[in-house]
Amino acid sequence: MNTIEYFKERFDLLQSVHKDSGLDIIRQKAFNTFNKMGIPTTRHEEWKYTRISGLFNKEYQFPVTQTATSLSQKDLDAVRLPGHEQASELFFINGLFSFPLSVVRSEALVVMPLEEAAKNEYKNIVSKNFGHSSNYLKDGINALNTAFVQGAVFIHVKKGQIPEHPIYIYNITDARSGNILSQPRSLMYISENAQVQMVETYTTIGLEESFTNQVMEIIVEKDARVEYYKIQNDASHTNQVSTTHIRQVGKSYTHTVTISLNGGIVRNNLNVVLDAEYCEAHLYGLYFQQGQSHIDNHTVVDNVKPNCFSNELYKGIIDDNATGVFNGKIFVQPQAQKTNAYQSNKNVLLSDTASVNSKPQLEIFANDVKCSHGCTVGRLNEEGLFYLQSRGISEKIARSLLLHAFAVDILEHIKPEPIRKYVDKLISERLEFDIT
Amino acid sequence: MLTIHNLHAGIEGKEILNGINLEIKPGEVHAIMGPNGSGKSTLASVLAGRKDFEVTEGSVEFFGKDLLGMPPEKRAGEGLFLAFQYPVEIPGLSTTNFIKTAVNEIRKYRGEEPMDALAFLKLMKEQMAMMDIDQSLLSRSLNEGFSGGEKKRNEIFQMAMLKPKLAILDETDSGLDIDAIRIVANGVNKLRSKDNAVLVVTHYQRLLDYIIPDFVHVLYNGRIVRSGSKKLALELEEKGYDFIKNEIDVSEEVNQ
Repeated sequence: MNTIEYFKERFDLLQSVHKDSGLDIIRQKAFNTFNKMGIPTTRHEEWKYTRISGLFNKEYQFPVTQTATSLSQKDLDAVRLPGHEQASELFFINGLFSFPLSVVRSEALVVMPLEEAAKNEYKNIVSKNFGHSSNYLKDGINALNTAFVQGAVFIHVKKGQIPEHPIYIYNITDARSGNILSQPRSLMYISENAQVQMVETYTTIGLEESFTNQVMEIIVEKDARVEYYKIQNDASHTNQVSTTHIRQVGKSYTHTVTISLNGGIVRNNLNVVLDAEYCEAHLYGLYFQQGQSHIDNHTVVDNVKPNCFSNELYKGIIDDNATGVFNGKIFVQPQAQKTNAYQSNKNVLLSDTASVNSKPQLEIFANDVKCSHGCTVGRLNEEGLFYLQSRGISEKIARSLLLHAFAVDILEHIKPEPIRKYVDKLISERLEFDIT
Repeated sequence: MLTIHNLHAGIEGKEILNGINLEIKPGEVHAIMGPNGSGKSTLASVLAGRKDFEVTEGSVEFFGKDLLGMPPEKRAGEGLFLAFQYPVEIPGLSTTNFIKTAVNEIRKYRGEEPMDALAFLKLMKEQMAMMDIDQSLLSRSLNEGFSGGEKKRNEIFQMAMLKPKLAILDETDSGLDIDAIRIVANGVNKLRSKDNAVLVVTHYQRLLDYIIPDFVHVLYNGRIVRSGSKKLALELEEKGYDFIKNEIDVSEEVNQ
């Protein structure tokens, strides 16, 4: 059975099992798109350097209905992040949101199935915002997630409220007895004057392969503020396309940090739509890849309204046979005068077989704007290495110190302290030297 | 302590050092002077182990060991220190973490236990006070945004922390005003003892008013063409390098 036929069969099953979810029309439309476009190949301009079509030559189990997990408490505890005792914890198992496992520890938050939100008082918010990412990601893989939306979650941060502790979102794939395709989906609504911090991780349990195709859509209202931290450190036999689509619909503030440390093929789509005047967005990223892993960060900052500010800094360290891709688009729409948009991508290659493709793209249709972009690809600073060695520091440790120093100006943007320390520790372990 | 014998070295096939001979004993201060391009900084770099330079002939022994066969960190472990002419800025690495790592790596090389945190902090504060370095520099990234004077003082501060047996100062006076020179010289003088030695590489005589050398050597075209006492430095200051150049060039013509 070919991929499309297989998905067709699963789709028919889903539509018959979850007939009246209120989302079946959206799903049907998305499936038609998927049917037409298929899995993107490297002929697709946005997928030129990242080949995922090969991953669909194998068979995946693709759960479309929620069943109780057979994962043990120990398995789940191993996934938890430092500080989880206070955090609100949301679990996705094989792409389906798990209510029994999730714990909301803040009065400021409302968490419910998306299917429910699509029918109740949040109906208008859902219909207005759900699927907005497909305006930017015109490919079969985004449509595939929407076509199978089910077991999705709706998160609402109440007006004027600030949860004291972050939300931790764990995406767990149970690949102990077969290859798993999982498609987590969430819609988050941050109301006026509200603030929230979110940390998201991805973990595959078991030795079979996993493919995670995630879409998260976030709406940020007037005077609201969101911090989003993505930490990708899954096993080498796992692959993912991870889409985070943020739309700032009122004067608001967005701060994202994407940390990618391991995985097979990892593709991130981060879109920030500045859809109101005086919005501010900060996008940071650090990728540190070894072995055969492939990391692709596609970012879009779309300046729709005037007077917005955005700053983007992505840094990469690529070793062994690993590959990195950075594609950063900045759009400035005709009416978006007085836009300030900055972008920078810096890479260090540690081996002769490591490679990186960096492509900044500015598309400016307004005439009174300040925009800049830059990219560097180089080796570790030899002069710095000699300086440290001349002080008695071995070459190996000197390299570790310099690479850690390179990573620091991304790490310092991780504001929740337990998470910053956790990521710092992962990097120090990778460098085999702990500076503290 | 240090014996340089017939040292030839260059970069990308171009010979810069052209047969250097020099002997430094514990307790001595040597100054190497010379016009621009004479090979002064190359000599300092070759001794510290900078990769860019290739040694084509000759030998350097440091306490009887073959210095040229060692990587830079081993040279430091053996007690050699180079104060850089252009200290490197390393954003993201704090001065404290850098010094702590260096001190403990050298201790490890010498078979000593890592320094305990309190003793380290105390030593660091003492040495900073001596070099008139503001405490806020410690948490800042190494040399990043430091003024020229701060960078040079930071070099001597590192030297004070690492307590080398042979300190090589590569144009440490360049870009410093007279007050900064005095602080730097004071730091160096405090570290002098009968067991260690200093090699001052400089273009000008003025640093030697504060760090009094026992021997002055003039480097020209990659060779030491004159050695003498402190008086030689004063003579150079008065007459300029041209008088040495003329002397050498004339005698070379005669020899040909």
